[in-house]
Amino acid sequence: MSFNDQSILSRKISTHESRSVTLLLIAVALGYLLLFLALPLFSVFYEAFSKGWRLYLDAIREPDALSAIKLTLITACISVPANLVFGIAAAWSIAKFEFRGKSLLITLIDLPFAVSPVVSGLVYVLLFGANGWIGPWLQAHDIKLIFAVPGIVLATIFVTFPFIARELIPLMQAQGKEEEEAAISLGASGWQTFFRVTLPNIKWGLLYGVILCNARAMGEFGAVSVVSGHIRGLTNTMPLHVEILYNEYNFVAAFSVASLLALLALVTLGIKSLVELQAKRSGEPLHHGA
Amino acid sequence: MSKFKAHSVLPGFNLSLGYTLLYLSLIVLIPLSALFFKTATMGWSGFYDLATGERVLASLRVTFFASFAAAVLNALFGLIVAWVLVRYTFPGKRVVDALVDLPFALPTAVAGITLAALYAPNGWIGHYFAAYDIKIAYTPLGIVVALTFIGLPFVVRTVQPVLADVEAEVEEAAASLGAGRLAVFRRVIFPAVYPALLTGFALAFARAIGEYGSVIFIAGNMPYISEIAPLLIVSKLEQYDYAGATAIAVLMLLVSFALLFAINGLQWWNSRRGTR
Repeated sequence: MSFNDQSILSRKISTHESRSVTLLLIAVALGYLLLFLALPLFSVFYEAFSKGWRLYLDAIREPDALSAIKLTLITACISVPANLVFGIAAAWSIAKFEFRGKSLLITLIDLPFAVSPVVSGLVYVLLFGANGWIGPWLQAHDIKLIFAVPGIVLATIFVTFPFIARELIPLMQAQGKEEEEAAISLGASGWQTFFRVTLPNIKWGLLYGVILCNARAMGEFGAVSVVSGHIRGLTNTMPLHVEILYNEYNFVAAFSVASLLALLALVTLGIKSLVELQAKRSGEPLHHGA
Repeated sequence: MSKFKAHSVLPGFNLSLGYTLLYLSLIVLIPLSALFFKTATMGWSGFYDLATGERVLASLRVTFFASFAAAVLNALFGLIVAWVLVRYTFPGKRVVDALVDLPFALPTAVAGITLAALYAPNGWIGHYFAAYDIKIAYTPLGIVVALTFIGLPFVVRTVQPVLADVEAEVEEAAASLGAGRLAVFRRVIFPAVYPALLTGFALAFARAIGEYGSVIFIAGNMPYISEIAPLLIVSKLEQYDYAGATAIAVLMLLVSFALLFAINGLQWWNSRRGTR
């Protein structure tokens, strides 16, 4: 090997790490993820099936578990569409128009992410609880919001509030408004423009937001725990049911119900990856945000 | 612009903005303001007494230090994970990449009971530590474990795109001028990802401060030792001590807002550097 070859070789090597460093870094990264992500995920299913299929099925078919599953589904079915409509309205006004105070509005929309889940629940107790602002009036009219299903739904809407909006706002801002303006000037109505022009452009971002919103809505614990009152069979969502079973040392049942939620998480991650892939292919940039 | 809104041919401004403001007020602003009105009825000295009680301060200390430790862990290992995912190829990389988001998708209660089982003295991981007389679950260390899990995606996801944008030419130029690999990282790559790393750190820290579900199962919840502030809010509520719960909530909210402000500043700094 000539001197010249050698210097080219060493120059090439110096923009990459040596093989041993590469392997070490990969090992550290995978070890970290194994310890904190893969092992917990695996152990949920391991614990759930540790006493066999029968106990697993019993745990998720028991009436209290079924009513918790039902309440979780109801909660998600109300809160996700509510935040979807809001997200579209917010993104339309913010991305398609110029007005004063826009950046303040965007910050306010993000606010629920900065609030602890427990505090999110607390504010509704202060508002609607027996000693709250509207509490006495509600009691006089025999309306129960706190320690009842409406409170659970409201708290869930609060904690999942920004998910869809903050996905759609940057996406629609990046797309501009030329296409919509063209449609309007060609005589399309506002709704026609939205359904035929805007919606096809944002469909992957929309789905992305809905998936993440749904995962959080079904899994929310802190906020719901504060407003629920933990009435078995009535105001228990799946995460709250898991807590009760766990605190009763009924570990197999707790992990069985938890495994359903873990499955939901896996499905969420799967769809999320698919959506990311599709969005990349169709050239629609997604905004990854926590 | 002297008018409130610039002219546009597109319809639906009044409807969409009106609905946005109405919904925002009803769901977020009015309920949150209830917190501050409740505080106002206590008076300053009443609030001060409640917010500086010994048990409250202890819980805030536990929350703060555990969140900080978890965010530091995540900053360090998150940077390595982001680096490995951007720079190297290995089998199963796609699955690993998708798995990083697990803490966003897995309900916190599930994470809590699972981590408690794993890190308990007789758990798969805990028993290795128990052999050396180290307890993780049911101690403040357990809180750090739970908060590390919760915050794991933040640093990885903020650093990843910035790291991918570092141009190979810059690295090559540095290398051809005689910089070793470590020097290139220290002088070229690290300064480029530093703002993103800090943003990820702040996001993970902010999330950890408010976290409740995953922590309560693994913490042991001993007052003054392993009791986090959100748990203290819940126990005050269970004793119908609304004023006490509100005082802690307001303190936490102020910390969260300060962090949100800092994060926005960091992101602004980050994007300015990106476009330069």
